[in-house]
Amino acid sequence: MRRSGKRPYNLAPVPINKISNSFADAVADIPSGASIMIGGFGGAGGQPTRLMLALRDLGVGDLTIIGNVAGISKTTGYGWPDHLDPVDQGMFFESGQATKIICSFPVPGTTNPLSEIEKAWREGKAEVDIVPQGTLIERIRAAGAGIPAFYTPTGVGTPVAEGKEHRDFDGRTHLLEHALPADYALIRAEKADTRGNLQYIGTSRAFNPAMATAARITIVEVDEIVEVGGIDSERVGTLSTYVNRIVQREPGDPLP
Amino acid sequence: MTTARNPGINGEDPAPRLNRAAIAKRAARDLIDGSTVNLGIGIPALCADFLPDGVELLYHAENGILGFKELSAPGEGDPNMMDAGGKFPKLVPGMAFFDSVESFALIRGGHIDVTVLGALQVSRNGDLANWIIPKRGIGSIGGAMDLAENAKRVVIAMEHNARGDISKIVDACTFPLTAPGCVDQIVTDIAVIDIDQENGRLILRETAPGWSFDDVQARTEAKLETDGDVGQMV
Repeated sequence: MRRSGKRPYNLAPVPINKISNSFADAVADIPSGASIMIGGFGGAGGQPTRLMLALRDLGVGDLTIIGNVAGISKTTGYGWPDHLDPVDQGMFFESGQATKIICSFPVPGTTNPLSEIEKAWREGKAEVDIVPQGTLIERIRAAGAGIPAFYTPTGVGTPVAEGKEHRDFDGRTHLLEHALPADYALIRAEKADTRGNLQYIGTSRAFNPAMATAARITIVEVDEIVEVGGIDSERVGTLSTYVNRIVQREPGDPLP
Repeated sequence: MTTARNPGINGEDPAPRLNRAAIAKRAARDLIDGSTVNLGIGIPALCADFLPDGVELLYHAENGILGFKELSAPGEGDPNMMDAGGKFPKLVPGMAFFDSVESFALIRGGHIDVTVLGALQVSRNGDLANWIIPKRGIGSIGGAMDLAENAKRVVIAMEHNARGDISKIVDACTFPLTAPGCVDQIVTDIAVIDIDQENGRLILRETAPGWSFDDVQARTEAKLETDGDVGQMV
């Protein structure tokens, strides 16, 4: 019996006060070579935009980014109100910080200009691993839930299936897919209490709750921090156990 | 003896083709009241504008909404109230929000009744290719593989021919697949075609006004068949 890979018990416990004073502080320890999940769906809603900008300013490189719809907002306006300049994951490829992305939707339609991710890929500067969205989210969920791998019918008979174990269950062929953990998750919620319980709004959930569970360090950007009890226990969307750091946006931040 | 002129794939169309809205309207006509439906981007999304009277659907968007309806005006809207196509639906009573784990459990678990998607190619046995143009070398899968593989019914709403009159309905897809053997029906700007996946047969059900079986066949690489009368799309 082998037990390597268990989460280590941290002898210096996570401080009760998880609040970081600035976005820069919250990401300061992210090293070059880290794998980083970026929450949301794609578009402004649910995207940890201020944390992303802080990571860009930190300047570390050789990053692997894990996201969903990735890097197409800047050239298409996807998921952003018309009057604002979109910010998206393409910034890490424009800056040369990211060398790989694992995502489901990195390429805009043919009538749009090339995204930063596609440019980096064409120039041989970045690896792009395109995963079906349901498989991507389940791999992330599995990583957080202690499931090392699972079978899914999605992708059978397509390029996604190449090199993967196939197995039939009840007369239908499935693929073996592996859990996808990360070093850091940058996520976004509407509200956090000081303990780290999170509340989401509308369609901003998307990849955020699962990513919160799947990273070694989860950093959350919120519009508001409230006292313990300020989030209805019936409405907690992510448990405080998963959250390591919380940063609050400036009130009235013009970026959505 | 003379035969009717077969216009051939490079010939002139015998009559106008339907526009994108009319394709969507025809695809929408078969959506059954009460279905849970996921509409892809492009022509499929337009189906929502043309539901027959009395038909109410539960729209699913893979970013995590069920039961949305009316969209906000273009460019307006709340980024926390988005559909998967990047449009902004209005808040209506009864709609529900959820995360991507649940959204794809809904899809993978077979709880979506119908998905209407676009396509680059569809083969006679229902193989679908819609996520990558090989020449480009890189594409976007998004939710398409999960939807195509797992929805109870897969309808393709698309233009019949690609630029240069190239047939998108083929004997075998040359583009990488989204899912094999998944498409049940194709609605195009000139025809409605049912697919018998098991036997690899394409059954022409309807043609656009002014279009004959031969006209449609001349613009379709794969062989078409009929099964009873061929109706007119409207």
